[in-house]
Amino acid sequence: MSQEVKKEKKFTMTLPADELMACGHLACQGCGATLAMRTMLKALGQKTVLCIPACCWAVIDGPYPYSSMDVPIYHCAFETAASTATGVKAGLTVTGDTETTVVAWAGDGGTFDIGIQALSGAAERNEDIIYVCYDNEAYMNTGIQRSSATPYGAWTTTTPVKHFKTRPKKDIVAIMAAHRIPYIATASISHPEDFFKKMKKAKDIKGTRFFHVYAPCPTGWKSRPEDTIKLARMAVQNGYFPLYEIENGEKTTLNLKLKDRKPVDDYLRLQGRFRHLGAAEIAEVQSEVDARWERLLKGCAA
Amino acid sequence: MRPKKAKKIVFKSAEEMPVMICSVGHQTHNLTGAWRNIRPEIDLGKCIKCGICWKFCPEPSIEVVDEWPVVDYDYCKGCGICAEECPAKCIVMVEERK
Amino acid sequence: MKKVIMGNHALSYGAMLSRSQVISAYPITPQTQVVELLSEMCADGTLDAQFIKVESEHSAMASCIGASVAGSRAFTATSSQGLALMHEMLHWAAGGRHPIVMGNINRSMAPGWSIWTDQNDSLSQRDTGWMQFYCASNQEVVDTVIQSFKVAEKLMIPAMVILDAFALSHTYEVVDVPDQALVDRYLPPFKPAIKLTPADPRAFGGLTGSEHYMELRYKLEKDMEKAPALIEETGREYEKLFGRNLGLVDPYLCDDAEFIFVTSGTAGYTARVAVDQLRASGLKAGNLRIKVFRPFPFDRVREVLAKTKKAAVVDRNCSYGAGGIFYQEVKSAVYGRPGMPPLFGYIAGLGGRDITVDSFKEVAADALAKDRADEEIVWIGVKK
Repeated sequence: MSQEVKKEKKFTMTLPADELMACGHLACQGCGATLAMRTMLKALGQKTVLCIPACCWAVIDGPYPYSSMDVPIYHCAFETAASTATGVKAGLTVTGDTETTVVAWAGDGGTFDIGIQALSGAAERNEDIIYVCYDNEAYMNTGIQRSSATPYGAWTTTTPVKHFKTRPKKDIVAIMAAHRIPYIATASISHPEDFFKKMKKAKDIKGTRFFHVYAPCPTGWKSRPEDTIKLARMAVQNGYFPLYEIENGEKTTLNLKLKDRKPVDDYLRLQGRFRHLGAAEIAEVQSEVDARWERLLKGCAA
Repeated sequence: MRPKKAKKIVFKSAEEMPVMICSVGHQTHNLTGAWRNIRPEIDLGKCIKCGICWKFCPEPSIEVVDEWPVVDYDYCKGCGICAEECPAKCIVMVEERK
Repeated sequence: MKKVIMGNHALSYGAMLSRSQVISAYPITPQTQVVELLSEMCADGTLDAQFIKVESEHSAMASCIGASVAGSRAFTATSSQGLALMHEMLHWAAGGRHPIVMGNINRSMAPGWSIWTDQNDSLSQRDTGWMQFYCASNQEVVDTVIQSFKVAEKLMIPAMVILDAFALSHTYEVVDVPDQALVDRYLPPFKPAIKLTPADPRAFGGLTGSEHYMELRYKLEKDMEKAPALIEETGREYEKLFGRNLGLVDPYLCDDAEFIFVTSGTAGYTARVAVDQLRASGLKAGNLRIKVFRPFPFDRVREVLAKTKKAAVVDRNCSYGAGGIFYQEVKSAVYGRPGMPPLFGYIAGLGGRDITVDSFKEVAADALAKDRADEEIVWIGVKK
């Protein structure tokens, strides 16, 4: 393409240009969670309230008296993302605001572990909130300790190499599906248009909506900061983190069909947290990913 | 216009602080560009304006000016995602000048 | 309008008349009637509120906080184990400056399971920054809920209105239920200047360094220090509209008393009967019922005790290793001040054991026989 033609060409933006995040925030270089927030807010817009428990995002937006965000945030106690959001929604509704979207934005620790009771309660009551779990697969904010979202084989400070995690990752999407909530979606920061589309769809649905977003963490995964998007993409392409939706706990729709699923090796190799895995363990990871993928396909057919 | 380079907030007394524990402004005085060891340099001659660098920047510190991507070096943390993801390979990470 | 209602329902009426907008609660004996009546009031439209049937007390307080910061008037009720489960969030509500009002039924802490009354549950929370009002009649409960919303919202400090399990919560008494129109004059709608809204996007409760935290807590304490005067002022306003004053303490025959019981809760009314009987037998006794425990009413307590020769503090609680909690605090209120009487401490009525007129006579006999407290705390009615 000649330089003259290029000058006329518009800059391609597959997402809206408006930003609801200002710079100067405290995220690590190459932070997946930050990109997840940026993408989500493009879909939801400024009339959004965030309830953020203890997690990396409790710190990222800035210490008192600063906030890098142009949406209001209530920083809440660790286990209370869903219960705080429940209260905020009730408070807004009763004071006449039925338009503002209430979002509980929590890490995997605050969702899979300590926050699961409040999440289950809110989902059972079908509270009108969007719950987003950005999953970096460990308690990163406190220094990389294991959570029930930490996958088989991973090193963390509480699952050191000699005792790496042998329990599988908790299937949070299956747990949420069992609550029969209107909408569940997985998303990955490597596929922002897919995440954006699903979030826009969710915005117009009433009741509890749950997102499981894959957000690699270079600091905790011991990966290169520049590989953050690549890792998220590989996870989607090898079936480790499939992109799908579940409506009303029953109807599963695969968003990205994978004809030739890539093997997990390349994905694992890029992360220091898996460096200690031998062939047998890698095979174990592969077979678990394969089994999950098959189950998902069966669920779609049903 | 993106908010930039606000002043640092200093309270002279407890009276000046709002009763609620709440923020009073952005944190753009915090020039996170100082975190970098390497910086992205975009060769606009090779750029195909695909938008990928802009959409994948976590900060976000790539702005679109006159339909071209421009790195905001006040805040760019030098993570290298833009260089890694650019399909035209027109972004190179170079040693930060001191 | 006069109604015969139980203590729990008095809390419900108070919350309803105060036009609570969000009620988020979890059932626990003996609080259940509070939320059951509120649930009915919401269902039949008597109360225009969102009722959230949360899955635990921790979530109850978390959602009250969310509702409050979103700009609505929030109410909940609990007891004992439920209050204890909320502990983290009690710190949060006060530190975050959320003017939530909560009814707490004083019920003993397990183990063993006890559904009967003592005060350890609420007193264990005395450091959280909540105001604490100990009631002794159902009338006082209705009135205090309304007043506490007014004080809480003025100061941006949450308040708990406390009743004895069964002795008050399940006791039916005649209550003059205030007229809604008059309550609306007394208690305007909750309109906080700063709240969670996209129109004014702020982050609440972010990471706070040592250069800011202390000033924030200093502000909380300074506002708490305004509470005694504000409680008395709003108490006088209440009297003008409803004929009943709501103050910090309730002294009975203390002006010429040679001996004063210092009490709280329903035991504070039993003490009056003891006072009358002791007076009939020649002792000039009096009773100082402490109603507001947080903020501690230092001035009023000193004012009343200055008039007497001896005072016995009767605690329905125990801080193990340090004794009765009202005793400790009354002692610190009078310490070093000239003209204060010697104080004696007694523990009675734990786990719902009855505190009777005879219990008070035993207390009086014990205190009057000594010059000063030797055995620091005397346990009344215990098989030793």
